[in-house]
Amino acid sequence: MIEVRFHGRGGQGSVVASRILANAFVRENKFGSAFPMFGFERRGAPVTAYGRFDDEPVLEKTQIYYPDCLIVLDSSQRDSPRVYEGLKPNGILILNSTMGPKDPHENLALVAMADATRIAVEEIGLPAPNTGMLGVFAAATGWIKLASILAGLEDYFDGSRLEGNRRCVQRGFEETKSMRL
Amino acid sequence: MNAHARLLGCGKKGMLNMEGTEFNKTKIKVITGNSAAAHGAMLCRPEVLALYPITPQTEVVEEISGFYASGELDAEVVEVEGENSAMNIITAASAAGARAFTATSSYGLVYMYDALLQAAGYRVPIVMVNVNRETPGITAVSSGQQDMISTRDSGWIQIITSSCQEILDSIIMAYRLAEDFDIQVPVMVNYDGFYLSYLAEKVEVPCRADVDGFLAPLKDQPQRPILKPGEPMGFGTHGILEGYLELRYKHSTALERAKVKFDEIDKAFERHFGRSYGGQIDTYRTADADMVLVASGSLSGTAQKVIDLKRDQGLKIGLIRLRMFRPFPRERLIETLRGKKAIGVIDRSICFGWNSGPIYVELRALSPEIGYIPMMSFIDGIANMDVSVANIERMVRILQSASEGDSYQKVTWIGMEEE
Repeated sequence: MIEVRFHGRGGQGSVVASRILANAFVRENKFGSAFPMFGFERRGAPVTAYGRFDDEPVLEKTQIYYPDCLIVLDSSQRDSPRVYEGLKPNGILILNSTMGPKDPHENLALVAMADATRIAVEEIGLPAPNTGMLGVFAAATGWIKLASILAGLEDYFDGSRLEGNRRCVQRGFEETKSMRL
Repeated sequence: MNAHARLLGCGKKGMLNMEGTEFNKTKIKVITGNSAAAHGAMLCRPEVLALYPITPQTEVVEEISGFYASGELDAEVVEVEGENSAMNIITAASAAGARAFTATSSYGLVYMYDALLQAAGYRVPIVMVNVNRETPGITAVSSGQQDMISTRDSGWIQIITSSCQEILDSIIMAYRLAEDFDIQVPVMVNYDGFYLSYLAEKVEVPCRADVDGFLAPLKDQPQRPILKPGEPMGFGTHGILEGYLELRYKHSTALERAKVKFDEIDKAFERHFGRSYGGQIDTYRTADADMVLVASGSLSGTAQKVIDLKRDQGLKIGLIRLRMFRPFPRERLIETLRGKKAIGVIDRSICFGWNSGPIYVELRALSPEIGYIPMMSFIDGIANMDVSVANIERMVRILQSASEGDSYQKVTWIGMEEE
């Protein structure tokens, strides 16, 4: 099982990103579950979301303590020790930034980045880096096909927003810069 | 859209509909618990719905409104000013013969408390979703079963579900149970707020024809009493003495019948849809187990993983997932638990006055039949406290040491233990 923890802020689309990813795994005949944890819903507040993806049905409905991968949508959390808590050895960081963490966590093996906020502003006119980050995730991990993420977008967006988000995913995928540690 | 297309329903393209792709020929969707509840309700073709939003249930109202707007749901949807009205409206609609639905949570459930009791007293076969959340007392927008537990003696049937698929399926089963001529009792379908309401996972959404087929046997039953213009009739109006006593007796015995009926409906559901949940209780590796954990709701899946881990380490342990809380599945619990060496009960709420979990207290009442063995209460998961694998492993350690004859504490508040 792959366990992914999303760190973002209300309004960045972390929750939707976690759902699109679960959707993509199900499209590959696998299983996925995703849920967020926050108190009162409000923009700007820190949001954590959890994604589990497996070949078998996912039974656990508990938070993730030992993630294989971190998706950090909010670059201001890039150096927060809380984000890296429990990260497994050979861990992967998917970061919405052009600049990696100052002092990478000892369990980090791969950092993959793109400026997904800029991509989103250019493509959909909103600073919502969520779908671009999924493109980076697909490029860096190889755990999911880009096509599966693209196919699932229509369940969450329509019209010009759907087209724009397709471009965000595609550009996130193409503009990924990976750094092995 | 013509009426026929709307009847078939399955050909529409909704926001979460993945039709047109290979994998969606089986109508697989990735949806939240709330969305699964809305789908389940819509598929049962309720005729009157009264809805008021509350966190973490709001998405149910939004999705049902979407189904109504798109024409997928052909019903009277009443936007009310509060939950008390919601319950009164669907009670009246049901008394007049309509299939009715509402959904609520926490403050909403207690705000309709008098109407909730009345619906049960009227024996109207309505179905309500309750998304479990902490109740007023300490203001908390967080998980916990205290809301459902606080209405346990209302005379409703209470079902607890633990996955998005089970939410959808249980609403369909709930109508079969509530409207059964031998039952005629309202049913509350519960699921954990936050841990299930917002959790998205794979759900197989049955098509309308299949759900219609499953509910069709209700049409072959005798007509239940309903209000009609020009035919005056009383609902819950026998105010004193024998009349009241008789209605209470009939109501209570209907709940007793609901237990076996629910098992039968589960079997019928399996024949129809290929999915089964065990009826009143779902058992996992209990047959040869010495120790048994009793759990309910979303934490059951996590508990099942822990059971597998402990089995791999040679521990003879199993799990009972309580699916029905009212009526309480006494017979099946006794049958499963007789001869065991230790029992641990995980509660996501508190039984004040017993300083333990309410499900635990109810199980203790079965001691004469089960045997006087170590029985422990674990309180965890209230107010969004995470019921982690590590927490459940800790419960199993306590259970194991008690089963080996060590002294033990009857009640453990996980997270409040003295080191």
